[in-house]
Amino acid sequence: MTLKHENLNTCTGCVAPLVAKLVIDSAEHVVASIATGCLEVASTKYPNTAWPIPTIHSAFGNSAATISGMEIAYNVLKKKGMKEDVKFVVFAGDGGTYDIGLQALSGALERGHNFVYVVLDNGGYMNTGGQRSSASPLGSSTSTTPAGKTRFRKDLTKIAAAHNIPYVAQASTFDLEDLKMKLKKALEVKGPALVNVLTACPRFWRVEPINLRKVVQLAADTCFWSSFEIENGKTKINYVPETKVPVEEFVKIQGRFKNISKEQIQMLQDKIDADWAWLNKEQ
Amino acid sequence: MQNRKAMNGMSAAVEALRQIDPEVIAAYPITPATGIPEGYSKILAEGKVTGELITVESEHSALSACVGAAACGVRTATATASQGLAYMFEVLGVASGLRLPMLMYIGNRALSAPINIHCDHSDSMAARDQGWLQFYCENAQEVYDLSFIALRLAEEVKLPVMVCMDGFITTHTYEPVEVLDDKKIKHFVGSYNSKVNLFDFKKPITLGHFAMPDSYFEFKEGQEKAMELALKRYEVLQKKFSKIRDKEYPAVARYKVSQADYVIVTNSSTAGLVKDVVNKLREDGFKVGCLKIRMFRPFPHKDVVDALKNAKGVAVLDRSMSFGSMPPMFSEIKNCFFGNIQSYVFGLGGRDIFEEDIKDVFRKMEKKDYSEKIRYIK
Ligand SMILES: Cc1ncc(C[n+]2csc(CCOP(=O)(O)OP(=O)(O)O)c2C)c(N)n1
Repeated sequence: MTLKHENLNTCTGCVAPLVAKLVIDSAEHVVASIATGCLEVASTKYPNTAWPIPTIHSAFGNSAATISGMEIAYNVLKKKGMKEDVKFVVFAGDGGTYDIGLQALSGALERGHNFVYVVLDNGGYMNTGGQRSSASPLGSSTSTTPAGKTRFRKDLTKIAAAHNIPYVAQASTFDLEDLKMKLKKALEVKGPALVNVLTACPRFWRVEPINLRKVVQLAADTCFWSSFEIENGKTKINYVPETKVPVEEFVKIQGRFKNISKEQIQMLQDKIDADWAWLNKEQ
Repeated sequence: MQNRKAMNGMSAAVEALRQIDPEVIAAYPITPATGIPEGYSKILAEGKVTGELITVESEHSALSACVGAAACGVRTATATASQGLAYMFEVLGVASGLRLPMLMYIGNRALSAPINIHCDHSDSMAARDQGWLQFYCENAQEVYDLSFIALRLAEEVKLPVMVCMDGFITTHTYEPVEVLDDKKIKHFVGSYNSKVNLFDFKKPITLGHFAMPDSYFEFKEGQEKAMELALKRYEVLQKKFSKIRDKEYPAVARYKVSQADYVIVTNSSTAGLVKDVVNKLREDGFKVGCLKIRMFRPFPHKDVVDALKNAKGVAVLDRSMSFGSMPPMFSEIKNCFFGNIQSYVFGLGGRDIFEEDIKDVFRKMEKKDYSEKIRYIK
C-alpha cells in the first residue's frame, strides 16, 4: 500500500513517502505515530489523509512517547483477548529525533517497547524552511547557519545503539532492497528497533533533480552515510564501496555546501575516515 | 455496603483507580502527587488491577503516552503537579483537541521560580484554558467520589479531566473515607466504548490532522459545545452517583448561602476552613455563608448567579494569580455578579490561612470595606 497520492503534498523528488510505503508493506497490521514535520503536514490535511493505516500525529517531540502508550494499550488488550498482531512504527524527521524528540526516544528505547522508530533524516528542519538541526552536516548552509554550520552532526545511530536495543540500522534510498530488508527485520525483532534513513531533500540540499540519485549513491560511496546494522550488539556493514570516494564529490553537487571551506572538507573527510575505521573494527 | 478507611487524597485516588481499573497509566514522579503512581504500582504488583503502568522519563511523555493509549480506545490516567503540569502544557491542548477523555489527578502546588513544593493553584489555573474539565476537591472523600463522576463525564463529552486536590493539605492528610463496594463502582463507570480507536483495521483512522483556516475554527467550536454539554451532563451524572453515595456533589456547593448577607467564594480545602468560620459566626447571629466552586471548567456561571442573588457582599478567595489582571476565580465571579465584591489572594506557596483571616474578610464586607484592588492575606 502506498500513501494516497491525491492526499499527498510532498515536494517533487521527496523520498519520505517511499520509505513509509516500504514499512506499510512489511507487515499486515501497522499503526503509525508521526511527528510534526514535512511528511506529517504533507499527508494529513483535514479532512483528508494519505495514510492507508491507522495513524496518529500528536506533536513534534513526542512521537516515541505516544507510541509507548499505544503499545502498552495493545499489550493490555492482548491479554484481554485482542487477536491481531500489531506492529508499531514511528516516523519522525531528524529534528523530531536528534533534537526535540531525543529524550522521548531515549525513554522509549530504554523502557523496551516493541516498536520501530524510523528516522527520516534529511539533515535539517525542512518543514519550517530549512533551519539547522543537530543532524545538519558540518559546512552545510541552512537558514539559521547561512555561512555554513561549524559543528559536526550528532551520531544518532550510535546513540540509539548505546541503549543496547535488539536492532539498530542505518540505510538510505540508495539501496531499496537493503532498506526493505532492514525495515522488515526491525519490525520482526522483539523490542525496540531504530532505522535511521538518509532521505535526500532536493529542495534544501539544493540538488539538481538529475543528481538526486547520484547524491545518495555518493553518500554511500564516500561513507558519509554508511550502510550497517547492529543486531543484538553485533555490527555488520552492509555496503562496502569498491573505492572509497572523497567526500568532496558528495559535497560539491549540493548547493547547501556552497560555503564549506577547504579545511572543513578535510575535517569531514577525517571524521568519515575515523568513523569508517571504527565501524570496520566493530564488525 | 459502605466501608470506612483512613486515606489521604493520594490513596483515595489510588483506590478509585483500582476500582476503575484503566488499561494504561503513565506518570512521572513529582511531589505532592508521586504517591499516586507509587500506590498504583503497589496494587499492580499485588495483582489487584489488570492495567499497566508506564514509568516514563518526563511528564511531557506521560501525557503523550496517555494520548497514544486513549487514541487506542482504552481508559487512561495520570497524576502530576506544578512543574510536571507545566511540562505537559503542549500536550494538554493535544489531548483536548483530539477529544480524548482521560483522568488526570493534580496535587496542586506552586510553580517555580522560586521553587516551592507547597500548595497553591498556580499550576492547574494556568492550564484552565487548555480545554480540560476541571474539578477542585475539598478533601480525600471528594477526590474518591469525584473520580468516578469526572471520568464518566469526560467519556460522555469526550474531553479530558483534571481532578485537583490541595498539595499536602489533601494529598498527604489522612482522613476517614467511605469507600463504595467494587460492584457499585463497576456498575456506575461501566465499560468504556470509545468511538476513537486506532486498532480498528477495517476503518483505519488518521488522528491529529493538519487543519487549515477553513476547518480549525470548527474544531475549537466543537470543544466549546462539549463544555456546554458537560455543564448539563455533570448534573445528571452527579445525581446518578448520589443514588449510590447518598450525597450530592453539585458543581457549586452552597453552605448556608441562601439566607446569607455575606458570602465567601472559594474552592478546595480552604472551603472547609471557611465553613467552620461560617458556623462560628452564625452562632453570633452573623448571616454569612460559603460558596464552594467544585467545577471550574466548565464554569457554572448560572449556578453562581443564582447562589449569590441575595448576597449584600461577596469576597472571592483565590489561591493563584493572573499576573497583570485579577485572579482566575474572581474574574469568573465578577463576570456574573454585579454587587459588592472583593478579591483576595491567599496561600501562595503553601502559606497558611487562619480562622482570623476568614473572620476579617467577613467583617470587612459588613463594614462595606471594598477595594478595586486585590487584597492579600499574608
Ligand atoms: C514544540 C514545537 N517546536 C517547534 C515547532 C515548529 N516545527 C514544526 S516542524 C519543525 C521542523 C521539523 O524538522 P524535522 O523533524 O527535521 O522534519 P522535516 O520537516 O525536516 O521532515 C519545527 C521546528 C513545533 N511544531 N513544535
